[in-house]
Amino acid sequence: MTVTTMRTLEEDSMLYDLTGVTKRYTQGRKTIDALAGIDLRIAEGEFLVIQGSTGSGKTTLLQMLGALDRPTSGSLIYEGRDVAKLGEGDLTELRSHSYGFVFQSFNLIPTLTAQENVETALVPWHVGGEERRRRAQEALAGVSLADRARHIPSELSGGEQQRVAIARALVREPKVILADEPTGNLDERTRDDIIGLLEELWRERGQTLIVVSHDTWVAGRASRRIWLDAGKLDAPPADDRPVEEADTETVRDAALQV
Amino acid sequence: MFFTYIYRELRRRHRQALFTALGLAVGVGLVVAVTAYAGGVSDAQNTVLHSLYGVGTDITVSQTAKLGEGGPQSFGMQPSDDSQRGKKFKRDAITASPGQQSLAASKVDTITGLKGVDAATGSLSLSSIHVEGKFAEMSGGSAAQPAAGATPQAAPSQAPINVSSFSISGVDVTDLELGPLSSGEVTTGRSFTSSEANAKVALVTKAYAKQNSLAVGDVKKISGIKFEIVGIVTLPSGSTSSDLYIPLARAQKLSDNKNKVNQIYVRADSAESIAAVKKEIKTTLPKATVTTAQDLADQVSGSLASASSLADRLGKWLAIAALVAAFLVASLLTVSAVSRRVREFGTLKALGWKSRRIVGQVLGESVVTGLAGGVIGVVLGIAGARLITAFSPDLKATMGNAAQTGPGASPGGGMMEAMGNAAQTVTVQLSAPISLNLVLLAVGLALAGGLLAGALGGWRASRLRPADALSRLD
Repeated sequence: MTVTTMRTLEEDSMLYDLTGVTKRYTQGRKTIDALAGIDLRIAEGEFLVIQGSTGSGKTTLLQMLGALDRPTSGSLIYEGRDVAKLGEGDLTELRSHSYGFVFQSFNLIPTLTAQENVETALVPWHVGGEERRRRAQEALAGVSLADRARHIPSELSGGEQQRVAIARALVREPKVILADEPTGNLDERTRDDIIGLLEELWRERGQTLIVVSHDTWVAGRASRRIWLDAGKLDAPPADDRPVEEADTETVRDAALQV
Repeated sequence: MFFTYIYRELRRRHRQALFTALGLAVGVGLVVAVTAYAGGVSDAQNTVLHSLYGVGTDITVSQTAKLGEGGPQSFGMQPSDDSQRGKKFKRDAITASPGQQSLAASKVDTITGLKGVDAATGSLSLSSIHVEGKFAEMSGGSAAQPAAGATPQAAPSQAPINVSSFSISGVDVTDLELGPLSSGEVTTGRSFTSSEANAKVALVTKAYAKQNSLAVGDVKKISGIKFEIVGIVTLPSGSTSSDLYIPLARAQKLSDNKNKVNQIYVRADSAESIAAVKKEIKTTLPKATVTTAQDLADQVSGSLASASSLADRLGKWLAIAALVAAFLVASLLTVSAVSRRVREFGTLKALGWKSRRIVGQVLGESVVTGLAGGVIGVVLGIAGARLITAFSPDLKATMGNAAQTGPGASPGGGMMEAMGNAAQTVTVQLSAPISLNLVLLAVGLALAGGLLAGALGGWRASRLRPADALSRLD
């Protein structure tokens, strides 16, 4: 069953249009259908959360949305171009211009400072050194880390590292921010902090924010959420909504009390 | 960004980078030391060959004498009639060097005309034997008989008979760059001038001059003809030098060998053409003994020959093995380092880095490691070469023994025979010279090792999927 809550949006503002997207992995003799026919449309400016249990295909879907991989079959239209039919060079080009990634394990280059890590996102653009540094500093200031610019990742806390990663995703001002379990490795307080930051940036900049998370609290912040089960879109489990809402209330109450 | 990234990455993996660089350094250092050593051995061989052979000579041509030909024959020490008994006598005999048959001087021109020959010159080496004494007196009842035997020993009752001998080489005064005098150095007086083709002038070796108290300006009588000594010449130790050098035409007259030579020195126009020239001379003069520097080198025995075979066999293979091992280790370490950076490179790809930019990054790291290895290797190699130079014993090269005892050795004649008789031993100090080319080769090899490792690592990195940045497949 397909979730159709956002079908009211105008056709023109659709950023993504997925039809029958499948992704099949072959490992030896075993074939795994990570995605088994996804039909999904995502509008520009949405805050979409993809939920699902482990192995449901949510990260694979994020990979397809971020042009990290091509679908095995089906069409994945992004801004009028079918990503499934693009060559390696075009995919690279698309990634460097349209998307910003935030990963669960932060994926910072361990040897580079916070600022240099942010600069890596500008390398494909061949931005001059001076300009690159200026923009990286601005991006770090945007996530309140201007004073940590010269630290290497191991000298930063988990939350700070994820902020650097968010600055790296934002420095190119991409249309879409794709985050894969961005709070999976963080404690609850830092989680709130990071999601709060992403939400704030999303509101300020109007970018499309797509987050993979099994955290119902995170899902509760989204403008829309979809549920994946065995590579297919499904309705959320019966016990999902009440738990999430209760959870959200608790957090809000806690926040109010502070 | 490119260099910052390389620098930071190498600093992070400094142990591995240092290990890789040292591996390459050991390989390269061995190549440098072994090549320097081989160069030193080759230099030593050249030193030996030059002293034996003359600088600039590539090939010598001579002809083996037939049995009974050449060499001393009769000295006329038997009195021809009774009236001579008890009287003094004096004999001078000048003959071509034993064992060598003379060749027509026109052969020099024939050889000069051959393809690949730069120059050729002929020389005539002679032996002068001077005998002085008294004929035997009548003894006992055998008055009518001349003294039996031709040797002084056969007439023990006589006053001592003095025998003195010296060797002479007739040289072509128009080309002293080639031939027996080419490696000589005139220490006192002067050398021959090209106008002295028929002059009664002579050069004397330092040793002979000292032995016979001769000086520049003195006169030396050869077979009754007076020659003015114009210079004292020094030849490298161990060389097969004559005692006296006179113009070729004079030597031919003295020994009644008009228009004859017994040794031809040939210079090829390039080192590559020596073998072909040797073959051509063999065809033109089938009876001649044609000897190249290489033939001589093959006859060198002693510690120099051992050093040479050590450099050739053990050293070369050791260096190649070390280099291959270093290349392998560098490649494996680089590939394994790339494998441990899957997420890092996947992330960069996700950020839109092109594969070739990532390959470039890996290559850059390897090239820097390779260069460091090259520099350390050159230092190691130079240190090794210095040690060889400092601690190597003097090497001895012996010529001739091999020729005399070896199976199928030439029965004599020509230069080989002269050397065989002399069994020359030359002592040389081994050094291991390092040229700029060798240094460049070393750095180049290390760089190649780095490039190979980087190319393999880069290839591995380029095959990573950007999706690998998201390590889970769920």
